[in-house]
Amino acid sequence: MTRFFLKHLLFLGLTLVVVSFLVFVLTELTPGDVARKYLGAYATQEQVDLLTRQMRLDRPVTVRYVEYVGKMLSGDLGDSTRFRVPVKDIIFDRLVNTALLAFVSFLLIVPLSIALGVAAGMREGSMLDRGIVLGSAILASIPEFALGVFLATIFVVTLGWLPGTAMLQAGGGWSIAAQMVLPVAVIVLFDTGYVVSMVRASMVEVMRRPYIRTAILKGMSFRQVVVGHALRNAMINPVTVILLQINYLVTGVVVVESVFAYPGFGRMMLEASLYKDIALIEAGALVAVFIAVITQILGDVGYMLLDPRIRT
Amino acid sequence: MSKMAFDNMSEVAPPSGEQALRAAIGGLDVRGIAPARFGASPMTLTGLGIVLFWIVVALLAPLIAPYPPNATDALAVAHPTPSAAHWLGTDHLGRDILSRVLWGARRVLTVAPVAVLAAAIAGTLLGLCAGYYRGVIDFVVSRIADILLSFPVIILYMIVLAMFGSSALNIILVIAVTKAPIIGRIVRGLTLELRERDYVAAAKMRGETPLHIMLVEILPNARGPLIVDMCLRMGYTTITIGVLGFLGIGLPPPDPDWGGMVKDTYGLMSVWPHMSVIPCAAISSMVVGFNLLAIGLREDTGP
Amino acid sequence: MSEAPNPDTVLQLDSVRLSYDLRAGEANVVRGLDLTLRRGEALGLVGESGSGKSTIAYALVRYLGPHGRIAGGRILFEGRDIAAMSEAELRQIRGRRIAMVYQEPISSLNPVMTVGRQLTEVPRVHEALSVAAARGRAEAMLADVNFADPAAIMARYPHQLSGGQQQRIVIAMALISKPALLIMDEPTTGLDVTVEAAVLELVRQLVRRHNTALLFISHNLATVAGLCDRIAVLYGGEIVEEGPIRQVFANPRHPYTHGLLDSLPRLARNKHDMPLRSIEGHAPSLLARPKGCGFAPRCRHAETPRCTAAEVASTAVPGESEHRVRCVKAVELAPWRPLATAGAHDRAPHARVTLLSTEALAKQYVPAGGVFGRRGATVHALGGIDLVVNRGQTLAIVGESGCGKSTFARVVSGLDTASAGRVMLDGDEIAMLPVERRSAGIKRKLQMVFQNPESTLNPSHTVGHTIARAVRCLKGLSPRAARREAERLLEMVQLLPEILARKPAQLSGGQKQRVAIARALAGDPDVVVADEPVSSLDVSVQAAIINLLSELQAERDESLIFISHDLAMVRYLADHVAVMYLGRLAEFGPVDALFTPPYHPYTEALLSAVPQPDPDQRRARIILEGSLPSTSVTPKGCPFASRCPRKVGAVCEETPPPMQHGPGGHRIACHIPLPDLLRLQAAGPPTGTVFPPLAGSA
Repeated sequence: MTRFFLKHLLFLGLTLVVVSFLVFVLTELTPGDVARKYLGAYATQEQVDLLTRQMRLDRPVTVRYVEYVGKMLSGDLGDSTRFRVPVKDIIFDRLVNTALLAFVSFLLIVPLSIALGVAAGMREGSMLDRGIVLGSAILASIPEFALGVFLATIFVVTLGWLPGTAMLQAGGGWSIAAQMVLPVAVIVLFDTGYVVSMVRASMVEVMRRPYIRTAILKGMSFRQVVVGHALRNAMINPVTVILLQINYLVTGVVVVESVFAYPGFGRMMLEASLYKDIALIEAGALVAVFIAVITQILGDVGYMLLDPRIRT
Repeated sequence: MSKMAFDNMSEVAPPSGEQALRAAIGGLDVRGIAPARFGASPMTLTGLGIVLFWIVVALLAPLIAPYPPNATDALAVAHPTPSAAHWLGTDHLGRDILSRVLWGARRVLTVAPVAVLAAAIAGTLLGLCAGYYRGVIDFVVSRIADILLSFPVIILYMIVLAMFGSSALNIILVIAVTKAPIIGRIVRGLTLELRERDYVAAAKMRGETPLHIMLVEILPNARGPLIVDMCLRMGYTTITIGVLGFLGIGLPPPDPDWGGMVKDTYGLMSVWPHMSVIPCAAISSMVVGFNLLAIGLREDTGP
Repeated sequence: MSEAPNPDTVLQLDSVRLSYDLRAGEANVVRGLDLTLRRGEALGLVGESGSGKSTIAYALVRYLGPHGRIAGGRILFEGRDIAAMSEAELRQIRGRRIAMVYQEPISSLNPVMTVGRQLTEVPRVHEALSVAAARGRAEAMLADVNFADPAAIMARYPHQLSGGQQQRIVIAMALISKPALLIMDEPTTGLDVTVEAAVLELVRQLVRRHNTALLFISHNLATVAGLCDRIAVLYGGEIVEEGPIRQVFANPRHPYTHGLLDSLPRLARNKHDMPLRSIEGHAPSLLARPKGCGFAPRCRHAETPRCTAAEVASTAVPGESEHRVRCVKAVELAPWRPLATAGAHDRAPHARVTLLSTEALAKQYVPAGGVFGRRGATVHALGGIDLVVNRGQTLAIVGESGCGKSTFARVVSGLDTASAGRVMLDGDEIAMLPVERRSAGIKRKLQMVFQNPESTLNPSHTVGHTIARAVRCLKGLSPRAARREAERLLEMVQLLPEILARKPAQLSGGQKQRVAIARALAGDPDVVVADEPVSSLDVSVQAAIINLLSELQAERDESLIFISHDLAMVRYLADHVAVMYLGRLAEFGPVDALFTPPYHPYTEALLSAVPQPDPDQRRARIILEGSLPSTSVTPKGCPFASRCPRKVGAVCEETPPPMQHGPGGHRIACHIPLPDLLRLQAAGPPTGTVFPPLAGSA
């Protein structure tokens, strides 16, 4: 057990180091550019050179990287040029917003996709299965922004039931909850489509196994077979997939956030990239990778708990 | 030769549909027999139809688009809704949406296949090597793949494309780099399994080089899952290109790019929804086509 | 033919027809089947692949899938029509009144449920027992199937048990609710022969004790001979011969039965005494059944139009009212006699040129770990192997799973390297040379034929490509010359040239193995290593392949290393035999010496466990207790000590046994001096673990 965690922690550390270094190099590729990014496109070359020297950007990359790591570990993540606040503040705020979105979506996605996937997979080829396969394929094919546009056209423009933006401010007549309905709906529809196909595939494979035949020929009812025998086996693979969705929900929903002007983490990263806000990009990338690796570890743990062949 | 010599010359192999039946009767799970009523399932055919439609559209765009995609029609700006002159209406600058959609297909279908192909080649080679040689090579390649995969792709796109600019080449490169590990992982898994087959051992025993074994013995048998995955990748890549366009880091304007078209016009949704709904429908339909094709192929060639 | 309902009749099939809906049409898998089974009776259903035997088994519990159906006739279980039952009634019968045991126990058990839970499910579902009561019943059942510590087993997961143990669990699961009918579908295929013997003995006892009717399905006539009271031979979906077992074996009347018996090797004879004869032709197409007798296309005695005009009814054999045959010419054909030698191979004594020899060959490896990267304990796969193969002769290596015979094959062929010791091939030392580093000359001299016909050929390549490629690599010929050579090789393995254009999916198992043999011969090797080349094939096809190998060897004067678990086949084919146990050599010698006493105690147990197609076999069977010790611990003394029924004392566990030498190069690794061993074995089997012959009276 301990070896397992040590190995994964080591990998986490390694990934963080490698990624942070890569991002650092990418963003601060040439010192001149960094200074220019700070000053904007209209600065003269003299001003750029002056700033470069002032910020001591003419030192080798590795040295600057180590210095950066040192500052980071002591809690100083720098300041955001785009938002004009310390990085720490904005990152945290935005993360919380996205976490809210992610949490609500996750609560809906998990039971929905498991229920649909199991219902589809347990009777392969049935009408229900065909319908769910088709439905989930279509849903997973519509890009999030397209889903947002379609839903907004129906519910905002035509019916007027919901607001078109979700800026999370109580003003404007729409409650926070109402503002969140569409973003959550888009995320849930899009992601459920994908997860359902994973769950279904696993269920179908399990239902084909000989031990299901054994259970049926022991005289158990279909329900008993599905719930007692198939389900646990079928969940082994999807659990990993489901936990990985957390990663998507936190860092990958930038499109939804953009469509609805939701003040989340992804949108923050988008703006940081477009405005070349270096400190924010670097810190944000690290947070994103951290979350990604943690969810991977969670996935592995889940797999382990469900499959006794690995444990013993 | 002895008298019993040619006693098996009369063996005629049974038709292949029966092979499956025979295996089934031989004791495998009886429920596994699933005869298809057509050569390919309706899903495959539908998906194929949609994809072919868009391919044809993309090829013929210069010929069938009623207007040049960037030409503005000042008259239409006031009445951009669909009319006789503009079947799908115009956007906020008066550009004909139908033409832009047709040309946009061309854009997507130029960039996406190249990206997927690049990812496939890179991923396949790496996956083959990792799976065949195992050991250190596998360890290193897998760890690199893990690191690449653990990076949330959107963030990577944003960083790279915002930093380095978004030309078609950059987009292709960055997509290839992020998709290659996924394909590599699939190929690696297949290779790990196939390398244990006896025919690979037989190839080794007659002195085939590892390159030959990987490319000639193993790879052709990984075809099925690979092709299915490539179709899926095409779908996802189409989404990605659309998303990049939507976020403003896609192919540079003013050339039509479906995602870009949405980005420019979704703010006007409350007044002119058609300007954003139509490109959304276009991109959705193309991806639906690829996904249906992938699902259909997987079922038709599956166990 | 229906009889008046008999309370003793558990199962009755009247003119049953079973079919599947295939893309190509309706496949009549079983047609016009009549069968009766009484309480306490054991019926063996024997057939090869494609005969429909598994379909019948599944039809009895109406588990034919969405595309299969009972197309005609009636299946009556305890007087009730299976086809007419509702789902609820069917569920009540399944597991409670009819139970089933399947072929691969590990796949039949749910990997994420403990044994205890899987066992207790049955009485809880069917008899609504409480958890405690069900556990009690389960533990009692585990004790019945000879588990020493039932409580501990209840908590285990299936993957933690051996194959034999798993099968015993499945049997326990089947019998726990005391069913009236037990169906066993090839339950011992794939199990080691000693494990098989133990399982069969267990089944016999349990079935007798509970008076359960048994339907035992197998492709192996020999297995059935030892266990069942009656036998039915299935061909092409019809029963071609059935009757009390003694009558059928003593006086088989159907040409197919003759063919099966002719293709089975016997322990008492080898290739010089009694040749194997295979059955010509191919199993019938299930879509386009020939009119008349299904076996006619392959039957040596077939006459048109007598045999092909109309459906053949089954008739009783004169004088044996319960023995029925479906053959028009049954009464006219001569009685069956085992084939006598035709002197097909002469026994010209060979100059003893040693072609390949191994000395103190040893192999250890450390298996890779699982998710945790935990590495397993070192496995000692081979130790101290000294063997010799002479030119033109066959060395057979026999042993059960885990004995190291496959590892030996891999080391010799270079797919693995030895950890210690030497392997000399015609003057070249190759033990540490992996095949990638062997010279072209060495590669040409030694080639391999693999076990599984499904994976021996690349499914994406045509036969022509596969063979021509081998020729080009090993002989360096041009593509055109290689093509011609491929045709020649194909002819040598008795296949038509049109096969060259086919892909493996279009070939039968036997054809695939022939192609594999052709590929191995591409370089004119001196030594061919064949690792269980026929184990996955039907019995009648096995005979053909074995004959082929034996002819080729005689013609080309090549040496064959033949690895197998099938002692009868080994007896037939080999000139020398090596018996391996737990990676070590237990016994080695010329084939005649090995099959006559004195034997190594393990060989003795193996020989007694081999099923023979003779219901009157008088051989007592030695059942080995316990299971194979772990390969990660090098035993201090004799590796067989923990299970040896002839163990003499502490010396067996503490000191490695000396290799004693008998006449003709016979070697036995045992502490018991050879004369004593001979005396003991002549007196009879060891006491305590012996069971009388299975067949015979109640």
